[in-house]
Amino acid sequence: MLRIENLHAKIGDNEVLRGVSLELKAGEVHAVMGPNGSGKSTLAHVLAGREGYDVTGRVLYEGQDLFALSPEDRAVAGVFLAFQYPVEIPGVGNLYFLRTALNFVRRQRGLDELDAMDFLTLAEERMKLVEMDRSFMNRSVNEGFSGGEKKRNEIFQMAILEPKLAILDETDSGLDIDALQAVAHGVNALRSKDRAMLVITHYQRLLDYIVPDRVHVLANGRIVQSGDKDLALELEKHGYAGLEQHAASDRSTPVGATP
Amino acid sequence: MSDVSSDVRDLANREYQYGFVTDLETDLAPRGLSEDVIRLISAKKNEPDWLLEWRLRSYRHWLTLEEPRWPNIRYGPIDYQDIIYYAAPKPKAELASLDEVDPELRAMFDKLGISLAEQERLSGVAVDAIVDSVSVATTFKEKLAEAGVIFCSFSEAVQNHPDLVRTYLGSVVPYKDNIHATLNSAVFSDGSFCYIPKGVRCPMELSTYFRINAADTGQFERTLIVAEEGSYVSYLEGCTAPMRDKNQLHAAVVELVALEGAQIKYSTVQNWYPGDADGRGGIFNFVTKRGKCAGANSQISWPQVETGSAITWKYPSVILQGDGSVGEFYSVALTANHQQADTGTKMIHIGKNTRSTILSKGISAGHGQNTYRGLVKVLRSAEGARNHTQCDSLLLGSDCGAHTFPYVEVKNPTAQVEHEASTSKIGEDQLFYCRQRGIPEEDAVSMIVNGFCREVFKELPMEFAVEAQRLLSVSLEGTVG
Repeated sequence: MLRIENLHAKIGDNEVLRGVSLELKAGEVHAVMGPNGSGKSTLAHVLAGREGYDVTGRVLYEGQDLFALSPEDRAVAGVFLAFQYPVEIPGVGNLYFLRTALNFVRRQRGLDELDAMDFLTLAEERMKLVEMDRSFMNRSVNEGFSGGEKKRNEIFQMAILEPKLAILDETDSGLDIDALQAVAHGVNALRSKDRAMLVITHYQRLLDYIVPDRVHVLANGRIVQSGDKDLALELEKHGYAGLEQHAASDRSTPVGATP
Repeated sequence: MSDVSSDVRDLANREYQYGFVTDLETDLAPRGLSEDVIRLISAKKNEPDWLLEWRLRSYRHWLTLEEPRWPNIRYGPIDYQDIIYYAAPKPKAELASLDEVDPELRAMFDKLGISLAEQERLSGVAVDAIVDSVSVATTFKEKLAEAGVIFCSFSEAVQNHPDLVRTYLGSVVPYKDNIHATLNSAVFSDGSFCYIPKGVRCPMELSTYFRINAADTGQFERTLIVAEEGSYVSYLEGCTAPMRDKNQLHAAVVELVALEGAQIKYSTVQNWYPGDADGRGGIFNFVTKRGKCAGANSQISWPQVETGSAITWKYPSVILQGDGSVGEFYSVALTANHQQADTGTKMIHIGKNTRSTILSKGISAGHGQNTYRGLVKVLRSAEGARNHTQCDSLLLGSDCGAHTFPYVEVKNPTAQVEHEASTSKIGEDQLFYCRQRGIPEEDAVSMIVNGFCREVFKELPMEFAVEAQRLLSVSLEGTVG
């Protein structure tokens, strides 16, 4: 479904990704782990089409060149990013926002738009997945939401938009254990043989709940190690420090933190 | 944050839809301003002597005035002798009923989306249609008369209700108030008049639609609304003009009087021609709007959406004289291209326990300059007065500006005055978030801008709220929120 070949990304003179290659098949869940500043969030942003990066290399998504598509066309094609820091949009109702998004996507895919009633039925069903309270459906998008509510809202949006490729950027950050379980439950319910997921995280604890098929370790803009779920446990034990030394041997210039 | 994106630029450069000219046979006064021109206007309207005298007094005072330099707006000198002060579409014949309105005029209003045929008005809004200097039609007059409501052109009111006009004309905005109001008092040609008797809730929304059509003319209309004890009226004002390279002057005066327990809501959607992308042409909209809460527990609200005009200079204000009276100002002002707006309100607290609310949302795009200027004045007599002011500015792009000048004068220690202000830039983060969910950029911009304005749109009558959202180039599918 997703093939990343020798992906480089620069912001200004700062090369954040330095040749990432990865392949993700339908039905698989891969975790990308790494220390702060390793390029995890940049990878998520570049895949979703965020502007401001100088990108080289190739990314094929279902056989087509992902970089030829605008962010909204990627969404139509089934790419979804759960944001690390979901954005507030004052005055725009959460449900209204999501219905607008869904209907844009549906129209582009040649499907009928959902009217308000049908959409509400769908929303009520899907919000159970992440144990979201009805009350914040009509609040403004993410405005005044707690960290946990924002992350639940991201997974709720994913459940509505039903992507083929879901990228979860530090979905566990800032969550207490209850919220973490609720979010993980939502994600697991959305695992399917037609859907691939790229789970980006700093900590192993999320992977206790969302068990990945593969784990990749990103350090200094490169994948330095890949393995099965046990690799995450090993990292938990030894930390990233050892890996960074490993990566440093072929590092040419120092790498700063991603902004 | 990177540069303003192309779609934001498109929004800033949006096309003006009402820029057409209708070929009407028009009766024009000679170019320029003099006592003779004023006498001519007064004679055409068959006015009583007292009104002519008032006009002449205003004119003589105007000659002594200079344009103020304090507004945060830039424009070249106005040649007042190069303006035509009276332009009236020639009636084909005396009208016996609305069905006889000149088909050209009717077609013009149809094109503007305003129907002058009563049976087609499902929403039950009565319209006074003003083209250039005169009122060409007023709908639903008979139906309103059944409730005792007088709704007619200003000229008719002078003929048929001279005592009411004489009592209230200039009672809220004196002819010496400011240079533009003084000019208006000298040359005003028509406008709307509305009188709601004691205890009557006006059975439908009233509206005036202003259209400038003729070239080189100025439009100087006056609106006077009097709401007697315990009455209620909701009034709407809309306006458009053709696209022309030369600036045209619109200097109107609106006076509202609310007696004890009366409520007036005066909503404006202002969409005068804003000029082209390089700042050529457009309307100079220099308007004085003021209401007086004369009676206890009366209420005046001014919701406004200002998207047009090359320059907007207006401060819809409320004099809170009656104890317990309430004044409200809700504003969305959009300046794109080279538009400039210096707008806000004045809340003058005189009576005890008077309350006022100010909510201003300024949006600047392109090279637009948007200024909020507001005065909250609490006199010694205004025991327990309260005000809450909130001014928010949204910037689209990096060549525009937002400015806030709040003035507060408090002479009574029991008063509570609050002021909040914010300025934000439409975020790349917000746009990217929307686009990642599948919403194209221009729709995302509309959505974010509309969300920003939502608290103000809520205050508009439904029909206008929809119009206002459309004006901000929105596809919110016809519903508010």
